[in-house]
Amino acid sequence: MKNPYLPLPMKLVKNFTETEDKLIHTFTLQFLSEEDEKSFPYMPGQFAELCVFGKGEAPFGIASSPTEPGFLKFSVAKVGVVSTALHLMEEGSMVGVRGPLGNYYPVEDFKGKNVVIIGGGFAFTTLRSLATYMLHPDRRGDYGDITVIYGARNPGLLLYKEELAAWEQSPDINLITTIDRAVDGWNGRVGFIPAVTEEVAPSSENTYAIICGPPVMIKFTMPVLEKLGFPVERIIMSLENRMKCGIGMCGRCNVGGKYVCKDGPVFTRAQLNELPNEY
Amino acid sequence: MILSKKDIPSFLDKLISEYQVFAPVQEGSYTLFKQISSGADAVLTDSNTKLPAKEIFFPQSEKLFSYNVTEEGTKLEATIDDQKKVVFGVRPCDAKSLTLLDNVFNNDKYQDPYYLTRRTNTIMVGVGCNAPASTCFCTSVNGGPFDTKGLDLLLVDTGDAYVVEVVSDKGKALAEQAGFAAASDADKTAASKAKEEAKVTCQVNTDGLKDKLDVNFYDPIWDKIHEKCLGCGACTYLCPTCHCFDIVDDAVDCNGCRVRNWDSCAFPLFTLHGSGHNPRTSNKERYRNRIMHKFKYFVDNFGEIACVGCGRCIKNCPVNMDIRVVLEDVRGSEARLDS
Ligand SMILES: Cc1cc2nc3c(=O)[nH]c(=O)nc-3n(C[C@H](O)[C@H](O)[C@H](O)COP(=O)(O)OP(=O)(O)OC[C@H]3O[C@@H](n4cnc5c(N)ncnc54)[C@H](O)[C@@H]3O)c2cc1C
Ligand code: SF4
Ligand code: SF4
Ligand code: FES
Repeated sequence: MKNPYLPLPMKLVKNFTETEDKLIHTFTLQFLSEEDEKSFPYMPGQFAELCVFGKGEAPFGIASSPTEPGFLKFSVAKVGVVSTALHLMEEGSMVGVRGPLGNYYPVEDFKGKNVVIIGGGFAFTTLRSLATYMLHPDRRGDYGDITVIYGARNPGLLLYKEELAAWEQSPDINLITTIDRAVDGWNGRVGFIPAVTEEVAPSSENTYAIICGPPVMIKFTMPVLEKLGFPVERIIMSLENRMKCGIGMCGRCNVGGKYVCKDGPVFTRAQLNELPNEY
Repeated sequence: MILSKKDIPSFLDKLISEYQVFAPVQEGSYTLFKQISSGADAVLTDSNTKLPAKEIFFPQSEKLFSYNVTEEGTKLEATIDDQKKVVFGVRPCDAKSLTLLDNVFNNDKYQDPYYLTRRTNTIMVGVGCNAPASTCFCTSVNGGPFDTKGLDLLLVDTGDAYVVEVVSDKGKALAEQAGFAAASDADKTAASKAKEEAKVTCQVNTDGLKDKLDVNFYDPIWDKIHEKCLGCGACTYLCPTCHCFDIVDDAVDCNGCRVRNWDSCAFPLFTLHGSGHNPRTSNKERYRNRIMHKFKYFVDNFGEIACVGCGRCIKNCPVNMDIRVVLEDVRGSEARLDS
């Protein structure tokens, strides 16, 4: 019987300050052996419990893509015990990773379809994984147009700036970035995600929308997607209920009878409409 | 087969040489299951133990693994308890609760080796209830005072002795090993009589309850039902089917262990997000979740109600919340509590 509580030791090779406010760091973790890497087959949208020995563990979405071998990436906001301990860790330290956990974005269903990815704030992590996965040369041909709408309060809070710059130049992806209020030197859009989405989203025909962000953003973007004609079966969301075990046992993350850790975190809007609003 | 009451200590002593034996013991003012080192320590009283037997399989606090992180590497060490055990004197409701918990710890995707290894290595010797308490409602939730779910042997009290009924192969082997004498016709008649006379007087009508819960999540009734509840969590800690837990580190620098501790959906921090957002903000949402979990979600997921009618939550709530009344209220009819 495999013990689902045991973490895989991994080496923290990079502790990168991702945002200007310094509250988000991106961690690059290296597998210690090929065997370890094989034991961690994951897909975009899955998460893992990241542990700092001596402090505890907490769930974080996997920001790297399975198309990027050798390492895992997580972008972590500093909010409490584990996240703060991570922020303070020196490169070269050992951490533990337990997973991969949860389900993933239905990339098989996306085949032959257009995809619009809508992300707000630092919830962009697994969306980065998804975009990177679909943009891989071996896979890009499987999908139609790929549009990314990504917003943050100000430019300094956008994650993955180098990648965004590369996507700007790429013919394979249509990237629209937006910030809440105009600042000097910003060439992207200004405005909130719901309004920007309404303006730039591709036709809902043959298109999946994947949306991830703070509750207010979701709340106001949902009616826009409905207005644009996206059926609830083609709106994909990822939930972030508080978790501990990640394996459907500790009883913490349920929304109705579904456990976000085991049955999610990825749900269609149609599935969520059947559940109580406890998320 | 028959086990005379006066032979119980020696029977248990024999088992102790081969198994870890757990039995109800008196501790201060209450009874609970503990590992015994002498058969004489077991106390089989008329009613159920204050604390349920689930702790034997799912301890209130349990080390998952220990770790040692040094320059050379990270060493993890998990100890899975695979000692052979006998649980003696467990009541049918508590035995059934374990069959419910089996669904949780062996779900469609993951197995919990700590719980499941203990379950596989344990023989359950139950004792039926001749005189169910006024707070017992096992027969309303698919159980009964002589129900054998989750048991390997069932003992039926006939006065000076117990008639031993074999429920499973594991139980049969244990009975053979113990070499119980055969029960006489008189013993068997006495056992049947005890079973017939045992009455669970309290009934909770669960007809239509699930149908109600399927649709009443937003019903105003939830605004009222929880009002008395203090959110102390006593009901969840004493409930044989509650299984919520937390995972924490107990460590000095990097040498320590990861531990899981019982937790409770009655507590506000249980669901508090890192962002400050909380999907179950008040007692209303939390109490509703407890009821929904037991009488709807568990039924949806595993086909059974996650309450065995042991009455512990009724007996021990500091403000007398009575789950029977709550269920009746939910069904929209009057509670019947007469016993
Ligand atoms: C599937 C999933 C994916 C996620 N992905 C990401 C991600 O990619 N990046 C990311 O940054 N986050 C992510 N999160 C959120 C992340 O899990 C939490 O931010 C993290 O658990 C915080 O852990 P911590 O130990 O740092 O905080 P904790 O120490 O647990 O504290 C977090 C917050 O809880 C409150 N709190 C905790 N204990 C108490 C107490 N005793 N009293 C009062 N308040 C208290 C405080 O408000 C505190 O700020 C994800 C969550 C899930 C479920
Ligand atoms: S024991 Fe009573 S007061 Fe405490 S949480 Fe349960 S119902 Fe509420
Ligand atoms: S809910 Fe109450 S009566 Fe039902 S099993 Fe739990 S403690 Fe016993
Ligand atoms: S995190 Fe434990 S049940 Fe989901």
